[in-house]
Amino acid sequence: MGGCPLQESSAAQLGPAPDAEAVRFRGVSIAFPLAGGGSYPAVAETDLGVAAHQFVAIVGPTGCGKSTLLNVAAGLLAPTTGETFVLGRPLAGLNGAAGYLFQQDAVMPWKTARDNVAIGLEVAGVPRAEALERAQSWLKRVGLAAFADRYPHQLSGGQRKRVGLAQVLIRGPQILLMDEPFGPLDAQTRQIMGNLLLELWAGERKAVLFVTHDLEEAIALADRVVIMSAGPAARIIGDHAIDLPRPRDASEVRLSPRFHELHRAIWGQLRAEVLKAYGGEMA
Amino acid sequence: MTIGRIRLLLLQALVAVAAIGIWHVGSTVPIGGVLLLPPFFFSTPADVAMRVVSLFADGTAKIVRCPEPVDLTRLLVISDACFGKTIWQHLTITLIEGVLAFAIGAVAGVGLGFWLARHALASAILDPYIKMLNALPRVVLAPIFMLWLGLGIWSKVALGVTLVFFIVFFNVYQGVKEVSPVVLANARMLGMNERQLFAHVYWPSALSWMFSSLHTSVGFAIIGAVVGEYLGSAAGLGYLIQQAEGTFDTTGVFAGMTILAAFVLVVDWGVTVVERRLLVWRPPAAAGQG
Repeated sequence: MGGCPLQESSAAQLGPAPDAEAVRFRGVSIAFPLAGGGSYPAVAETDLGVAAHQFVAIVGPTGCGKSTLLNVAAGLLAPTTGETFVLGRPLAGLNGAAGYLFQQDAVMPWKTARDNVAIGLEVAGVPRAEALERAQSWLKRVGLAAFADRYPHQLSGGQRKRVGLAQVLIRGPQILLMDEPFGPLDAQTRQIMGNLLLELWAGERKAVLFVTHDLEEAIALADRVVIMSAGPAARIIGDHAIDLPRPRDASEVRLSPRFHELHRAIWGQLRAEVLKAYGGEMA
Repeated sequence: MTIGRIRLLLLQALVAVAAIGIWHVGSTVPIGGVLLLPPFFFSTPADVAMRVVSLFADGTAKIVRCPEPVDLTRLLVISDACFGKTIWQHLTITLIEGVLAFAIGAVAGVGLGFWLARHALASAILDPYIKMLNALPRVVLAPIFMLWLGLGIWSKVALGVTLVFFIVFFNVYQGVKEVSPVVLANARMLGMNERQLFAHVYWPSALSWMFSSLHTSVGFAIIGAVVGEYLGSAAGLGYLIQQAEGTFDTTGVFAGMTILAAFVLVVDWGVTVVERRLLVWRPPAAAGQG
């Protein structure tokens, strides 16, 4: 029995001052052991902080270790060196203060949409009837009120993502970790999901760490865009504040001149890294 | 491709009609002076049909006449010399053996499957023995079971259990091992402890694997029962077939086979109904109904 993450989470939620830094990587590096001995350095020593209520997007070429870093923040992966702080406290075990939205479908296929959303409350001891009621209201917020009794295979990819979003948010996490959550969706659905996310986020302004390979998406959504270099030993090579006004519309904001300026500036830097990543593969 | 329900039924019936037609012609119409399917070896469809009807209508089949009705409480303990007088009793006993074999084999398979999937060391230690036992042809175990458990139903149940157990065991083991790591990580991030992971993730996943093999394992439970009866017993469908074979009664053998086939078809239909209820969450293609 590994320690109960919920107890940790309640401790983390009660303990620190409300404006403590949400996540802080201090000298975090990650290396994976290789089958033939030795190890592959995925992420070089990294220092990065996410302030409370801040929406930070990490952008980098595929395979650069962005998701790895997110797994460290979630407590699913222990860093090789360095330390992670959550709400000012060193992280040990799972990060109970965080909700994690995965890239792949992570909802339980054997539960209906409503049961999937309610489960996070149920395992925390909320009575089933109340959990189901709150799940229904969350499904309504993500526009799936009519689909509560469907099983995941009866939903579209975008609808499953909405279920996943409600499933994570219903627990009221203080930190949201998102690993290319809209990656598998088509372009239109992605923008709709982006707007939904902004809308839900605007209410409580949780700290968000959002990993994506899509620079436009990152600029449209985030307060801050962090650029990671191509692996191996990926590191942070750029940190840009996004001063686009809020509330934003994730699709319309892309038409504004300021968006283009920011995009041009950041893309110039990112392109070199993308080329390096492909070059490495081709060599 | 979609075929209408009635059209499909007609086509399915056509296969039966063709097969029985060939059998009938071969066994009753001489071609060039000889019967291609001599009735001594193949019987005839009409005889078999009549035998099946008489078995059900008359009911008092075979050998001994029994004065009083069969005592069902003695069924599970010994092989009753007076048991197996009507076809319904034969069917009942085969069904009881099959159900018991399935229940015991499934419970043992689920239990051990779960335990080994969660304990890597025990699994590694026991691995060669499990493979060895699984590779053993079960028929050679039948005489041993009869020595140990007698000629009553338990030796047949034991034979069925050895067949069912391994199917369920391997499926549950696989089911627990192959829980999607993303679903698992997500469940942990949602705050589940070990017990809750078991209830909400491992258990449903393993069950879905077990149910996907339900047709096979129920079929094997009945095979175990029938083969056990065939090798030594005083009741059941296997016994009926064995008795007929012992007197070169080909019609009796075919009649027994026909009843067995119909019986298995009914049981399989029952399994399908159960499966549809329990695996509603599965996409149709994966549940094998597509």
